[in-house]
Amino acid sequence: MDAQIKKRLEVTACKVRMGVVEGVYNAKSGHPGGSLGLADALTYLYMARMNVSPDNPNMPERDRFVLSKGHNAPVLYSVLAHRGFFPVDELKTLRKIGSRLQGHPVMGKAPGVDMSTGSLGQGVSAACGMALAGKIDNASYRVYTALGDGELQEGQVWEAALFAAHYGLDNLTAVIDNNNLQIDGKITDVMSPYPIDEKFKAFGWHVINIDGHDFEQIEAAFNEAEKVSGKPTAIIQKTTKGKGVSFMENQASWHGAAPNEEQYNKAMAELQARLDELTKGGE
Amino acid sequence: MSAQIKKATRDSYGEALVELYKENPDIAVLDADLAEATKTIFFKKAYPDRHFDCGIQEANMMGVAAGMASTGKKVFASTFAMFAAGRAYEIVRNSIGYPRLNVKIGATHAGISVGEDGASHQCNEDIALMRAIPGMTIFNPADDVEAKAAVKAALEIDGPVYMRFGRLAVPVFNDAATYKFEPGKGVLLRGGGADDNLTIIATGLMVNEALSAAEILGSDGIKARVINIHTIKPLDKEIICAAAKDTGLIVTAEEHSIIGGLGAAVAEVVTDCCPVPVVKIGVNDVFGHSGPALELLKEFGLTSENIALKSKLALKLK
Repeated sequence: MDAQIKKRLEVTACKVRMGVVEGVYNAKSGHPGGSLGLADALTYLYMARMNVSPDNPNMPERDRFVLSKGHNAPVLYSVLAHRGFFPVDELKTLRKIGSRLQGHPVMGKAPGVDMSTGSLGQGVSAACGMALAGKIDNASYRVYTALGDGELQEGQVWEAALFAAHYGLDNLTAVIDNNNLQIDGKITDVMSPYPIDEKFKAFGWHVINIDGHDFEQIEAAFNEAEKVSGKPTAIIQKTTKGKGVSFMENQASWHGAAPNEEQYNKAMAELQARLDELTKGGE
Repeated sequence: MSAQIKKATRDSYGEALVELYKENPDIAVLDADLAEATKTIFFKKAYPDRHFDCGIQEANMMGVAAGMASTGKKVFASTFAMFAAGRAYEIVRNSIGYPRLNVKIGATHAGISVGEDGASHQCNEDIALMRAIPGMTIFNPADDVEAKAAVKAALEIDGPVYMRFGRLAVPVFNDAATYKFEPGKGVLLRGGGADDNLTIIATGLMVNEALSAAEILGSDGIKARVINIHTIKPLDKEIICAAAKDTGLIVTAEEHSIIGGLGAAVAEVVTDCCPVPVVKIGVNDVFGHSGPALELLKEFGLTSENIALKSKLALKLK
């Protein structure tokens, strides 16, 4: 990966994280932990990979993204805003009455949201439907979806996994956000989905394991996925829940809690420091 | 027009899909290992590359249907009513209903007339479940002619539609040459004058029973207005309120639980516009059991004779 591009992605990801904190702080509720962890993958997809157009969010040939772990809406909104789908300032309206930024994503409300999600396990099925439709039409678009590791406990995910492999949906790539935490604690204590890679392999998927905070690995994984023929790809990315905000990192308690003013200031200061460090000597 | 011909509306569904595809190549049909039973097999044979078997996974099928519809496909998702409305309820609500996607649910084997398979497969709650979803259109056609017209109408509606079909062959009483299906409009089949003594409002296979019941009542000098409600939602409030005002008594008949179905919907309407007694004939908050369909319908009171009997008793409420 070109060093310039990598740096630009790191800078944008940092701004995206600030948008997550901004949104959740103003909403006084929401899900910052997983959102911060998923920020790098989504930044990469929307800034460097997907064929999308903020001026024409519904263009038929666009690549699609379905946030199956819909509670990570804050990071999807932040990425969409930074990609130009709507003003970054609108992130402050998250979860408020009249806002396009509902607590969980709603297609047709916020521009750029391709599917309504929020009830876990459902988005991946919709992504399969989009991919199948693409196959029927011989369309060039690709479909991406992101699932939580806890979400893998939903039976519907494995129905979809069978389906995607059966219909050879090689235009579908699922990011499994493996941060090892869910609301009630460690996924291994609540209901272990491990081994995740072996399960997807057994279901007929191509599987790639990466560090979800390393843009070079992220890019290599999506490049590899695009070359796979005849089967869907699962990118299992190890991530840190709460990544980028020290006191949120690896804490299940930050799954669905908003920072108070002091915590907000601290989080924003940390992210700003990181941004300053990255942009030292110009973006 | 002949009451002699009998046909199951599931067959009408399968045949209609084949017919509609000719002018609507955006149609895709999904099934969950029940193509032989839901009759999407007709479509599968005609257009094998537009029919997708999802295997025994109704939840995923509804989600797949939503995703396909989001790209512009007109998707028919087919399985038994029990699994479409029951097992997949939350996916229908959140992935189809909430984003108002263009998915048409073809739910066959509805009601007690499933017969020998027993209560696990006799879905008497699907109308109640689907009614509760905002924006869901619900069709419950009465015979072959109406069923085919309903499938066509569903295709023309922009948004989710739940279509309820039966396994049992039922008399074809509508005339294909003249029948016109108007979504959301009740059909006045008998009576209509100010001197009608009561109104029987029926849906699905009970419409034909209601017509026979009106014959029985007529022989006793009782004038029964008969209304066919093929569209449970949005409900034709106008025809129901007019019936309440004109006749002062309504008897409803449906092959569904009396909780949340046609009778409940009619009662909700008349309490708003013209409170009159609404006597509900349906499945009385019990599970069914195995047996031949016609015997079950008789046992559960879903017959013209029982409608006539209950109607006579109900007249005392006026």
